[in-house]
Amino acid sequence: MASPEKYAPPPPPSDTVAALLAFTVLAVLIMPTLDVFGVIDHFTLNLWGKYLCYALLALSVNLLWGGTGLLSLGQGLFFALGGYMHGMYLMRMIGDQGQYHRPIPDFLVFLGWTELPGFWKPFEHFSFAMLLVFLLPGVIAGIFGWLAFRSRIKGVYFSILTQALTYAGALIFFRNNTLMGGNNGFTDFKTELGFSLREPATQRGLFIATAIVLIGVVIFLRWLEGTKFGLVQRAIRDGENRTLFSGYATPAFKLFLFVLAALIAAIGGALYVPQVGIINPSDMTPEKSLEAIVWVAVGGRGTLLGPILGAVFVNMLKSYATRAIPDLWLILLGGLFLLVVLFLPGGLVSLPEKLRGLWQRFRPTPTPAPAA
Amino acid sequence: MRKTFIIIAAFIAGFVAVYAESPQAIIARAAVAKSEKAQGEILTELMGNADESILPLLDAWRKDRLFLFEASSKPPVVVLLQGAKDAQGAQEAVDIITGKPIANRLAADDLNAASHSANLRRIMKAVLDLTDLSSANPAKKLGAIAAIGQGQQIEKLPALEKRLAIETDPQAIKALREALALVRLKSPDPAVKLAALKELESLQSLASTDFVKAIIKDATAAKDEALLAAARSALQAVERHRTVVDFGGTLFRSLSLGSILIIVALGLAITFGLMGVINMAHGEMIAIGAYTTYVVQNIFANGLALSPFGFSVSLPGLHTTGWWRESYFLFALPLSFLVAAVAGILLERGVIRFLYRRPLESLLATWGVSLLLQQLLRLTFGANNVQVGSPAYLSGNWVVGDILLGWNRVFVIGFATLIVIGVWLVLTRTSVGLLIRSVTQNRQMAACMGVRTERVNMLTFALGSGLAGLAGAFLSQIGNVGPSLGQSYVVDSFMVVVVGGVGDLVGTVISGLGIGSFDQFTQQYSPTVAGALANVPFVGGALQNLAQDSAVFGKILVLCVIILFLQWRPSGLFAARSRSLD
Repeated sequence: MASPEKYAPPPPPSDTVAALLAFTVLAVLIMPTLDVFGVIDHFTLNLWGKYLCYALLALSVNLLWGGTGLLSLGQGLFFALGGYMHGMYLMRMIGDQGQYHRPIPDFLVFLGWTELPGFWKPFEHFSFAMLLVFLLPGVIAGIFGWLAFRSRIKGVYFSILTQALTYAGALIFFRNNTLMGGNNGFTDFKTELGFSLREPATQRGLFIATAIVLIGVVIFLRWLEGTKFGLVQRAIRDGENRTLFSGYATPAFKLFLFVLAALIAAIGGALYVPQVGIINPSDMTPEKSLEAIVWVAVGGRGTLLGPILGAVFVNMLKSYATRAIPDLWLILLGGLFLLVVLFLPGGLVSLPEKLRGLWQRFRPTPTPAPAA
Repeated sequence: MRKTFIIIAAFIAGFVAVYAESPQAIIARAAVAKSEKAQGEILTELMGNADESILPLLDAWRKDRLFLFEASSKPPVVVLLQGAKDAQGAQEAVDIITGKPIANRLAADDLNAASHSANLRRIMKAVLDLTDLSSANPAKKLGAIAAIGQGQQIEKLPALEKRLAIETDPQAIKALREALALVRLKSPDPAVKLAALKELESLQSLASTDFVKAIIKDATAAKDEALLAAARSALQAVERHRTVVDFGGTLFRSLSLGSILIIVALGLAITFGLMGVINMAHGEMIAIGAYTTYVVQNIFANGLALSPFGFSVSLPGLHTTGWWRESYFLFALPLSFLVAAVAGILLERGVIRFLYRRPLESLLATWGVSLLLQQLLRLTFGANNVQVGSPAYLSGNWVVGDILLGWNRVFVIGFATLIVIGVWLVLTRTSVGLLIRSVTQNRQMAACMGVRTERVNMLTFALGSGLAGLAGAFLSQIGNVGPSLGQSYVVDSFMVVVVGGVGDLVGTVISGLGIGSFDQFTQQYSPTVAGALANVPFVGGALQNLAQDSAVFGKILVLCVIILFLQWRPSGLFAARSRSLD
């Protein structure tokens, strides 16, 4: 039988607080200010907003994988569901500004609907949409997690079932008859809470909101790590049976974490939609979820900084590579992933440590000072 | 004056026809007839005539290749031009009645082609339809019979009856009886109608549903009780038969999908059972097998030019023909196994062996490999699907009691059976199998007994990947071959492994067949139950909506059932029993 994973993450850097502070200042103050003065263009700021949303998804993956030893291949589902719920509100806000100038979304007109289907109606209220952003992914994660953890599905089995879950979700949302936009999903949004999404100021606001949410989530997770709950979580990762035999109901802990991770992913998705301006079922495919795992692996799992770093780094690389060398991008991604898994299990954040180790080994042994 | 002339001409023509019976003569007479109407009437005489010569002649006529040669005083001679053209563009001219060349050589440009109007072409088509009734090609014959039945043209009844009297092929006889009954439904005589309905009932004719329904509608309107009863009973018999046929068809598709899943999942289950590694690149091993088949096919034909990464590689072709060309698939099968097995060994030696202690990470690493391989295939063979032709012995259908069984799928079922037996023999009757089983049960103990586990790992991976390659060769006969071919099967095959457990081959077989049938049966019957689903509280409407998309609904239901199934058996149907705690 395969032995459980015994992987100790690198000790959290002592300067996490400093890094967090630096990040806060950079993301919330400096970048938007630079944008206002035109030093960086709106497109770049928008791109970074997208990266920060992905960072939330990466944190969600990491909470399960790095923190609890559960490799979920379906976090993209919750990200996309959060996005879809927010997207429904944004679609309603288009009003009759669509191509067909009808009071219902264009794709419904296209499908032959003359009035809004029942379940679309409450989404004209922002608060309802925000409630659903949390409720729907939370409930789905709750039901699935309850079923999975109570029958002690774990390891590779858990990974494969979560993959199938997101696959099923993608299949449902690809259908036109689901009335969620089918293949094309939602796009062409106009306003959010009355602010035009075309305005750079609105986008700047969304960027700041994303950064603040991200910082809030990081602080929350950092706090959680330090509590007794965090201790049990790590204990489950390192030896689930021992934890169970010590009297902790590990399924309940795992269920809580699974739902929490789904919620974090859902917020990421909800913030992603107005900034990127589109959500469609391709975001639910298993490949997208696996991509999020690449970010975490590349950045460094089991840390808080690593997933954020990984999400930003890999996506910057993607933005560049899909334009410069589109044919080779997948090879690059696959290769990068392979290299990290094989040679750098701690990810980018462990690189300084590794380099220091190498330096220690190869540095010329200091010749003892000649005795005077 | 003119009209009288035509009538007389037609009369004389009809009189003559009795004596000059040859269809060539009739066509010649029609070609020279003075009016379009007369031409039509003459051609109608050919109805039901099954002479072989009619088709080429009418065809030539339709394509303006039937010419009128007007020698000075005599009536025009109808000729076909054939043979090589000489310097003046003249060819040998053949009189269609005698079939012999006439004295003059003629050029097409100097002659008038026999004229034909739309109406005349329609008559020709009707004549040809009936000619097809006696075609030597059984498929063409059956098609023609069915077309007449569907058309319900009562004027074609005599031709069908004539044919039925001399027909010997049982399939054609059945088709003729069906067509006759269908045509007779149009008969004005109620007794004939009743007899036709009885006939349809005893034939359980699936094609008759719509026509019988039409009869029911008319009979209801006309309050014709006897006819109504007969039609209803016929419809019932037909519907009952349809249920059986649908069920049989679904069962066959279940078996065929189940077989594919078994072949795909077998290799996965073996590697997973032995090494605890779910190979996410398994799908790409399938694609490698399929592309190997593609390459072999092209080598047997005219060669293949590839351009991976801007290099150009051209593989020479053997330019085989006939049976050799058809036999490419027999060579492709072992080759696809070998190529995928080698790829599997490379994957194991290059990547997986470093990760045995980290199963989740090996899953991720193999996904990285899968991305790489997919893109490599795309760059080598192009992003579009490639064409893999089926050899003649794998195309076509086998019809058993109205159930259509595709030969390629029958072949897949047969071969899956062979493969399962083969793998079972390898695992239980060979020394390699013994080693594989020992390492699966207890790696450390096996190593202590001197089993070289590293080597066993390699062999196992080769076997698992090779089986995936074989699956790819089969899939190339059933669907499209593209770079992401494996992706469409890989999620399903993961499910098969999860449900089947890794302890036993039997688990994979049962779960493969189970998932395959579940998928096909939900697809077949979900539209039927969609209405009932609407009654489910809260989510009824959504369920009903979903059930109308049977393919998606099937997949989602399979997933739900699997999750529920795992509540009962968390490690699959056949788990290796062990007291060790992981």
